Parts: sequence; structure tokens; C-alpha cells
Amino acid sequence: MNGQTFDPLSLLSIAERDRLLLAARLGASRRDMLGLLGGLGIGVAFGSSLIGAAGTALAQTPKKGGRIRVAGFGTSTADTLDPAKGSFSTDYCRCSMFYNGLTDLDATLTPQMALAESMTSEAATVWTIKLRKGVQFHDGKELTSADVVFSLQRHLDPATASRARALATQMKEIVATGTHEVKVTLTGPNADFPVVLGTHHFYIVQAGTTDFSKGIGTGPFKCKEFTPGVRSIAVRNENYWKQGAGPHVDEIEFFGIPDVGARVNALMAGDVHLIGNVNPASARMILARNDLAIMETKSGNYTNLVMRLDQAPGNNPDFVLGMKFLMNRSLIRRNAFQNYAEVANDQPIPPMNRYHAKDIPQRPYDPEKAKFHLNKAGVMGSTLPVVTSPAATGSVEMGLLLQQAAQGIGLKIELKQVPADGYWSNFWMKVPVGYGNINPRPSADVLFSLFYASGAAWNESGWKSEKFDQLLLAARAETDDAKRRQMYTDMQVMVHESAGTGIPVFINGLDAHSAKLKGMSPMGTGSLMGFAFAEHVWLDA
Amino acid sequence: MTAAIGRLLLTRFLLSLATLIFVASAVFAITNLLPGDVAQELLGQAATPEAVAGLRTALGLDVPPLQRYIAWLGNLVTGNLGNSLVNGQPVTALIGSRIGNSLLLAAITALVAVPIAIGLGITAAVWRGSLYDRLVGAATVLVVSVPEFLVASTAVLIFAVHLQWVPALSQLGRITGLADVVRVFALPVMTLTFVVVAQMARMTRAALVDVLSSSYVEMARLKGAGPIRIVVWHALPNAIGPIANAVAFSLSFLLGGVIIVETIFSYPGIAKLMVDGVATRDLPLVQACAMLFCGAYLVLVTAADVAAILANPRLRKG
Repeated sequence: MNGQTFDPLSLLSIAERDRLLLAARLGASRRDMLGLLGGLGIGVAFGSSLIGAAGTALAQTPKKGGRIRVAGFGTSTADTLDPAKGSFSTDYCRCSMFYNGLTDLDATLTPQMALAESMTSEAATVWTIKLRKGVQFHDGKELTSADVVFSLQRHLDPATASRARALATQMKEIVATGTHEVKVTLTGPNADFPVVLGTHHFYIVQAGTTDFSKGIGTGPFKCKEFTPGVRSIAVRNENYWKQGAGPHVDEIEFFGIPDVGARVNALMAGDVHLIGNVNPASARMILARNDLAIMETKSGNYTNLVMRLDQAPGNNPDFVLGMKFLMNRSLIRRNAFQNYAEVANDQPIPPMNRYHAKDIPQRPYDPEKAKFHLNKAGVMGSTLPVVTSPAATGSVEMGLLLQQAAQGIGLKIELKQVPADGYWSNFWMKVPVGYGNINPRPSADVLFSLFYASGAAWNESGWKSEKFDQLLLAARAETDDAKRRQMYTDMQVMVHESAGTGIPVFINGLDAHSAKLKGMSPMGTGSLMGFAFAEHVWLDA
Repeated sequence: MTAAIGRLLLTRFLLSLATLIFVASAVFAITNLLPGDVAQELLGQAATPEAVAGLRTALGLDVPPLQRYIAWLGNLVTGNLGNSLVNGQPVTALIGSRIGNSLLLAAITALVAVPIAIGLGITAAVWRGSLYDRLVGAATVLVVSVPEFLVASTAVLIFAVHLQWVPALSQLGRITGLADVVRVFALPVMTLTFVVVAQMARMTRAALVDVLSSSYVEMARLKGAGPIRIVVWHALPNAIGPIANAVAFSLSFLLGGVIIVETIFSYPGIAKLMVDGVATRDLPLVQACAMLFCGAYLVLVTAADVAAILANPRLRKG
């Protein structure tokens, strides 16, 4: 869309891409490069297009140096450099500058090794993590197993206020088995454990850290200044352990401008080089200028209709099915998101995820079927209250579209728009019919465990299925990829059929930047290159 | 004269103390009425009941509200404003890092806006009823009626985005010389001047018109005093009271009420700090900011009254 072309390189992990570009830069022959790609499991046909793309990318060899200014889309006194507490894009961006994870997630959300050299398991339950040697923290101290044990262990303490505590509780025992080896025993098998460790919250900090405002990690940039709610200044880590790639720029000043109009103005006035989260209306304005560019990122972010199955009217399966047929997905995509979204199919695994089930027939907008089911549920003729809020992105617009569609079949919907403040604690999952917004999660297992397992705290619709729970555990333990894929497909079908969540579209992220800023490419882990733009961008002055 | 001022300051001090305690109690009570607490806000969607309970204990929020309030008051007396519940930093440090910015913005705006406002007010009063007077009246009402976000956004579009004379963001880190000060502060100061000039100008005009029509001014005119001498020497001292109050009111607004300007220009001031505090239910921060704004307001109003006494010969002698 909007003149963006497909970049084959975006399908590679960052590590793979860097290796390929490095090889091309060092003058590797086409045959050498195909060999290299073969080693990565990539065939000749696709490999050729990759090499072509690498050539184009190489024509723009990253330049070292320069200072850039970047505006994220939120900032407050709650800004933190504590990876465990990080909860907004601003925190993720900063933590990606200063820290590294044991693993790193690529464009298909597959884990690649980062601070860990290898991760091996016995039956996916007892994991042995071997650490990369010779990695230094910003203060010169070498990374050892003590740091990893400390970093993982602290999520379990409620006083840490870790955002990832629900994921961390699966770690039963974390012990150092050598200076560069850690053994983690899980409460049950989880083949996706390397994925969990690749998420922002599980970045590695130095053992014994109590003051996180210094941002001392192993990451590509060092923290020169950080004031919560104001700004941070990051300077290049000359001693970065990753070879042959970024960081390229000397310094990054990062701050938040919560107001989208002010953010766009700052970019257009030349005050900043990169801004996160642009709305579709501003995107048009930015695309009209040739010194600016838009980057669209497909993501797993969605706003969904939540129908509580333990309350009327959601306790009638016909009501839920009827409402799912009443969602005009292409109209939602066009009107609520100006086409910066992908039609979804009432299940939460996005198309870029390696376990996405693409063969489930798309549920269409079908007012006749909707009318049939809603009639059967006995709600026609009554007034149905639906809660919307700016807190759930696009829910106000989606509510209006639903109301119009309902009017067409003679169902009266009363929209109740409530403020964003306090929405998640007071309305979400409490009202019989309302909206939720789920941020992208790194794996099918995490999504299903957090939002669809019978006992999950955020099982939005209160959907319970014993068969689903068994499959979830089995898939988590399964190390055979083909078998796992089949299980996840079955689970997506179950959610699509019977959960009380109507997922109309996956929302794409839009970032905007100066055309002088190079090295930007969409990542499956989120907007702003999975919030890790810092390491990859360079300035073509 | 000193006795009158002494008496005024003493009563004001006692009243201010009572007001501050009342405001502190009210803010505490109201913040506790807000849906959700800091533990829920911090954890957001990750707020499982168990995680919230754990965090509440860690933050000391499991203590009954009254007990927490008394502890807070006790700490306040010893000058300890506590630590932010959200990021653990001392509240004094958080406020300290921003109060200077707010004072700077307020001071520059006052330097621009107060002379303009008083000048407009005085000239309008002297030429009351003239076309000039009506033009000033209409213009000041017009600029105060336009919402400040519209003024600010339009100014950014024209001067920053299209003409590129000034930056769209007012960030102090980029100031290296006097020219930068002008560039960085031009738009926010212009916006705020639009907001505060009208009230001060109209108050000045009203107070002065009142005095200019009094019999002693008539007397001065009869004895042959020139127009400038009449205004500056005879009329103005008697009109200082209401003018000083209008100025004090505007200045207190500039300190804590400029949230829109701080947001649009990304200016790290104290108003945004308090809004953050309310959004995250960071009680110690909200309380401290409320105390600060209330205290500043009381100081400014008292200063205005003292100025009125010092300027007014009758009050001065009383």
C-alpha cells in the first residue's frame, strides 16, 4: 500500500540480514552467498531475490556518525529503564538501546540467539543456557551467569512490579551451573521458552542492580542522560559485542510527544528524524512530501468485541455467532483504520506468526446469518448496550459501524462511550458486551495462555474449554514442529468457532521518518522496528 | 504602615496554613475516590489480583487511607514530601527538575504580557469611549476567546512547519545563545500572552476608569496637572489593588495551568508533572504539586495585597 514495496530482506532475522549484508560488503560471490543462505535453510529461488535486495541495500552502505532525535508516542513520570517494569513503547525503545535479551525475535517471531550462545532442553522442561563469552556491560564488568540468574529471578518478586510476572512464574528454579551457564527448570514443558526470553521484559541487567535510572546493560548504546517524562540521551557503545552491524549513529535523543498533531508537526518542521505512531490522516500529509517517509508494520495488535459468555446475552452461543457475522470487517478496515489494517478471522494469531492457520475459511459479513442467529438468541427487539472507549484503539468507530449494521437488521444497539482513564480496571472484561485491545504477543503459546486458557486471568470472554487447555499444554511440550503446528491450527479453529471474542482486523503500525534516516524496515515484533530501531538506523546526511 | 503589613502578613500566613491543610485533605480524599490505584495503573492490563495485592504491599498501600494521610502530614512537617510511587524518585527531585522550567516560562511570559496588558489597559482608560478603546476591548476578547490549543497549533503550522523560523518543540536542551532563547520561547510565550493579556488589560482599564471619574482626579485636573501626571501620580496608585490582583491571578495560572502549552510544545514543566501524577495515581506527587500550586497562589495574592497597600497613600497611612 501507498507505494511501499516488498523487501525480501525483511523476512530474515536481524542477525541473518546482518550476516548477509556483511558478506556482500566483504565482496562475497553470488555462489558464496547462496551457500550461506543454504546454511540458513533458504533455497536458490528466494535466495536470489535476497541477494538482489542485499545488493540494493549495500548500495546504501550505512554511514557512521550523526545525532538523531526521535519522538515516541507516550511519556510520563512512569518512564523507566527497568526492563521488568517497562510497559509502553517508550520504555521498550529505550531498553532496546541499553540492554540485550538472551534471545532475539526475528520477523516471523522465531527466536535467534543473542546473549545466549545456545539453549538446549531436556523434554522442554529443564533448559540449559550457555552464555556468550567476553560480553561486557557498559561499566566494563563482564556478563556472567550471576547477572542472568538475578535478571530472571527478580520477576518473581511482587515488589518488582514486573509486567511479565505471569510469564515468569513458569520458572520453578533458576541456578548458575558455571560462570557462563544457567539452568532453568520450568513447572512444565515449554518449547517456546526461548521466545519468552526474547521479549523486552526479560532483558538482562547487572546482578544486584537497584537503581535502574543509569541503564547499565550490554546494549548497543550507553545511557548518558535519562529523566522520566522528559528525555533520554544515548551514545554509541564502541565496545558492542555484536560485530559487523550497528550501532551506526553517534547519539540518539529520545523523548515522547503524546499528542499526535504535535508529533507530526515536529517531524514536518524538521525538529525530529523519526516519530512513532502516526494516524492515517497524518500519513497522507506526510506521504505528500518527498523528504519524509512512512513505514507500515503489520502486527498482531487487535481491538476486539468481547462478549462475556457467563452473562446474558453472551451465554447464548447464537448471540456470539450472530455478532461475529455482524462485523463488517472490510468496512472496519477502511473506515476505522483507513486500510492500515488486515482482515482477521476471530482468532488472535496474526498472519506473520509462523503458526498462523491460513486455511480456516474467512468468516464473512453476513447480515442474514447474523439476523438468523440473533433471532434464535432472542435479542431482537430488545436494546443491546455496548461499551466503547478511546482506551481500546478504534473501538469507538467500530462500535458505530456495528450499530449501523445492527440497525440494518432491526437490532437496536445503545453505545456507551466511557473515558480511557480507568477503562482497563473498571470496564474491560466486566461489561457483558464491550471492547478490548490486545497488544502483540511473541508466540501462539503466550497469546493462548494469557487470553484463552480456561483459568487465565484475562480470558476476556470467560471462555472455557477442557479440550483447548489440554491441547495448549500438549503443544507447549511438543518439540516436533509439524505436530505443534497441527495443534495450534486446531486451537485457532476452536477459538474462531466458539470463544466470545470477535476479532475483526489486525491493526498495522505506522511510523514516519525523514528520508535521510536509513536502515528502517518493518519487524514483526512491533512498530519502530520492534522498538529496536536504535541499533539499525543510520543517517545519510 | 509596617504594622498594617505585619498584621496582614500574619493573618494571611495563618489563613494560608489552614487553606493548605484543607486543600491537602481534599486532594487526598478525591484522589482516593478515583477509580483504580497506583498498583492497578502501574500493572495496566497485567493487573492480576495477585500481582496487584503483592505490589500494594510492596508500596505500603495496604495501610488504611487515614493512617497513610496522617503519616504523609507528619512527613510534610519535617519537609519530607516522600518518594514517587511510580518511579521511586524523591518527589522533591521530580519537582525540582521542572520547577525552574515553569518559572522561566512564566517569567518570560510575564515580562512580555504584563507591560502589554497594563499599557493597553491604561491607554484604553485614558481614551475611554474612543474607537481605540473599543478596538482594544474587542481584540482582547477575541484573543482570549480562541482556545489556546488552536492558537498554538496554528502558530506551529505557520511559523514552524511552513516558514521554519522557529522549532515546533520548545526544548531547553537546544539553547546555546540568546537567539535560541527567542526562537524556543517565541511560540509558547505568544500563545500564553494571548491567554492572559485580556483579563489583565480589562481589569486595568476598569479600575482606572473608576478612579479617573472620581472627584479627586477632577480636582487634580482643575489644578492643572497634565494627563500623564494625573494617570501615573494620582490615579494609578489607587487602582493598583485590582490590577495587582489580576496580575497575581494570571501569574499563578502561568505556573500550574499551562498544561496545553506544555503538551503541544513538549515543554517539560510542572503542569504536565501533576497530570502524569493523576493519571498514574501517584499520590505523593499529586499532593506535592497541589500544595505547590496552592502555596504559590496564596503567596502571589498576598504579594498583590501588600503591593496595593504600599502603593495606596490612604492604606499606607492607615
